[in-house]
Amino acid sequence: MSLKTQFTTKENVLLVRLSGELDHHTSDRLKKEWQQAIRENNAKHVILNLEDLSFMDSSGLGVFLGRYKEVMQLGGEMVVCSISPAVKRLFDLSGLFKIIRLEESEEYALLRLGVAS
Amino acid sequence: MKNNMHLEFTSVSENEAFARVTVASFIAQLDPTMDELTELKTVVSEAVTNSIIHGYENRQDQKIYISCSIEEDEIELVIRDEGIGISDIDEAVQPLYTSKPELERSGMGFTIMENFMDKVEVVSHPGEGTTLKLYKQLKKSKTLCN
Repeated sequence: MSLKTQFTTKENVLLVRLSGELDHHTSDRLKKEWQQAIRENNAKHVILNLEDLSFMDSSGLGVFLGRYKEVMQLGGEMVVCSISPAVKRLFDLSGLFKIIRLEESEEYALLRLGVAS
Repeated sequence: MKNNMHLEFTSVSENEAFARVTVASFIAQLDPTMDELTELKTVVSEAVTNSIIHGYENRQDQKIYISCSIEEDEIELVIRDEGIGISDIDEAVQPLYTSKPELERSGMGFTIMENFMDKVEVVSHPGEGTTLKLYKQLKKSKTLCN
């Protein structure tokens, strides 16, 4: 099973929904698509919805960290939501929750960023 | 009795998924929990990715070898490449250390392997390659017959 990506925008927020498996092989394409989506939509903030992500390894952490840095440079914020216990463990191990906020659902994440869903 | 399997495959990134799914299929006969299966898949993915990116520096015509032995609830996993090797193992296994920051590596591969397995041994010689030996004892069967 490979990785499926979906990018949509709400006001100045880019919603990134991932499903399938995120590893080194699929992370290169994700990075390119994600950067393109930010540029094309003039998005400031990012919500990362991982509800349907069935597998992830440290390559995913690298891509998230890379995009976090770019969002920060634009003065934006990155929020992750609907995360599975397995992926949450990787976030915990790497300390990523210190910089990327966790919310229960997309709705809460949008509220957090001041956008009505 | 020990039950073994051996895999040999080309160092292309498509094979990261192949390797973790194949090891998981072999382990499945021990009736692991979903968490244990996810841990093993993640560890295989980390090790194979390291061999491809670091060991072989993305050369796609090389070989990666995996052996897996199971005996009762004990798993021994050996993942080997014949790549450039690691000159400073202590540095390589540090959390957040990466020799390739430009590739957006998180530097968490070894930390994840050490967290998800009971024991990790790294044997590496510059110019000869790297062998990882990983051990894990599965939790005893959760179903009690009484």
